[in-house]
Amino acid sequence: MKNAWIVCRRELGSYFTSPIAWLLVTMYSLIFGYFFWNYLGHFVLQSMELQMMGEMAPTSINEEIIRPLLANASFLGIFFIPLISMRLFAEEKRNGTIELLTTSPVRDMEVIVGKWFAATILYCWLIFYSSISFCFLFIYGHPDWKPLAVAYLGMILQGAALLALGTFISTLTRNQIVAGAGTFAACLLLWVFSWVSSYNSAGWAAVLSYLSIVSHYESFGRGVLSSRDGVYYLSVIFLGLFFTARSLESLRWRS
Amino acid sequence: MITVHDLTKKYARTTAVDHISFSVSKGQIVGFLGPNGAGKTTTMRMLTCFFPPTAGQATVAGFDVLTQPLEARRHIGYLPEMPPLYLEMETVDYLRFVGRLKGLSGAELNRRVEFVCERCAVGDVKTKLMGKLSKGYRQRVGLAQAIIHNPDVLILDEPTAGLDPRQIIETRELIRSLAGEHTIILSTHILPEVEQTCEQVIIINKGKLVATDSVQNLQARFRGAESVLVDISARSGEMSAAAVQQRLEQVNGVSRVTCRERQGHGAVFEIESDQGRLVRGDLARLVVEAGWDLNELRSAAMSLEEIFLQLTGAESAAATSSAAPESNA
Repeated sequence: MKNAWIVCRRELGSYFTSPIAWLLVTMYSLIFGYFFWNYLGHFVLQSMELQMMGEMAPTSINEEIIRPLLANASFLGIFFIPLISMRLFAEEKRNGTIELLTTSPVRDMEVIVGKWFAATILYCWLIFYSSISFCFLFIYGHPDWKPLAVAYLGMILQGAALLALGTFISTLTRNQIVAGAGTFAACLLLWVFSWVSSYNSAGWAAVLSYLSIVSHYESFGRGVLSSRDGVYYLSVIFLGLFFTARSLESLRWRS
Repeated sequence: MITVHDLTKKYARTTAVDHISFSVSKGQIVGFLGPNGAGKTTTMRMLTCFFPPTAGQATVAGFDVLTQPLEARRHIGYLPEMPPLYLEMETVDYLRFVGRLKGLSGAELNRRVEFVCERCAVGDVKTKLMGKLSKGYRQRVGLAQAIIHNPDVLILDEPTAGLDPRQIIETRELIRSLAGEHTIILSTHILPEVEQTCEQVIIINKGKLVATDSVQNLQARFRGAESVLVDISARSGEMSAAAVQQRLEQVNGVSRVTCRERQGHGAVFEIESDQGRLVRGDLARLVVEAGWDLNELRSAAMSLEEIFLQLTGAESAAATSSAAPESNA
């Protein structure tokens, strides 16, 4: 796995020397900051109203702010993940650097894992910036940190799973825009798959609903470490990377 | 160092490489010659384990490309047609990355990076972004990455394509200087390049092997007996070409004289002589003594270009199919 780390380091260097990483983190922080501001404002207004009516102030910052905010943040990831993963292989194919990687004494899987891991690290770095907002909550209030940590774990798992899919889609084309659009469509579909279960209880609807990526985040968002959902994310990661390997292999047989 | 036996690569509808066999011994520079779409890149990609052959075998440095690709790759330095550069990286970072990828580390990595920078004359662009390098520099960085792990075999796909004449000369010199320590296969469709840089030439056309020999042998094979072109003109008045031809035929050692072209007061003759006989001196003396002007006397040795056209021309005349599709796409 030493080779995977070499590929990963180069990939990260490439994200951070180009404007991509900085642009993404700016946009992410801006949007997340707006979410935070809104939820906080609403929370403050609500507490004041309740106090004026002589009732107990709502005490649970976790329930009132952190949980809905992180649900939104996990949804926000769907928009950012295609932007992170689209270049992984498409750019290599266009620049011809894929020939360097595939003729070096490294296994395909090492290249794939390296690239996917770099993308996951970048995603973690993005959501790390969202945690700055929560620092304010810890300074002025007393939220419970454990559900927050579990929610972040869920977000990272969800991001890693979607990035594995994005990595696969990126091997299919040499055009980054196509890879990005394809990944975005896949992410969005996986999100809305759960809708069908609200009006249909047939078997296929249940399967479709199980496949939905966002529904698996819910328990993490509540602060529950659910092995069922963890297994789902790990399976998606494994499947995505497996397909990537097959796709890269077919590239060799076809081209 | 490289042996190729009945190597074949079929794409969906076309056969890009058709039962090619050749071998290259250690330290040689071999020119891989053929028109566009002949199967040069395909063959090279099979040798570098970029993709596997449909049939046949190839070994590089003793390792089979199909069954031991990782070991084979360790002994190969490869420069694809388009140098595989990450344009957003600095030259030295890139070389370090490639070095690590090829299994170098620590002090050895530093030493090799310094070495190839000097060897390929890219020291002055070490800290430049590669996207800002000129084509010539990019090619040299490409060569530098190919030799960074000191491979036994260097495979260079059209290393001088798209360079300006001075850069071409520099690149050729660099490649020539690399021979000896590395076994080199370079592909090209430019014939003088092979004559200038290579010891051996492998000519392929439409995926088939047309000829494989040393450059000198190939030239000699097609030259046969030595032939000389003589351009003669009369000093004054008319000159009978037939009479001149007769006089030339009487020179000792001349086996055949043909009149190539006639213009005004002069004519050009092609004179073939028995192999090993130097008749030029006698010819010159005869012409001057007869009172004619000797305008030109030169060897009519076939250039590789003519040999190439002759070899591939015969091939294409026989084949009625349309040109093989470009395999680089």
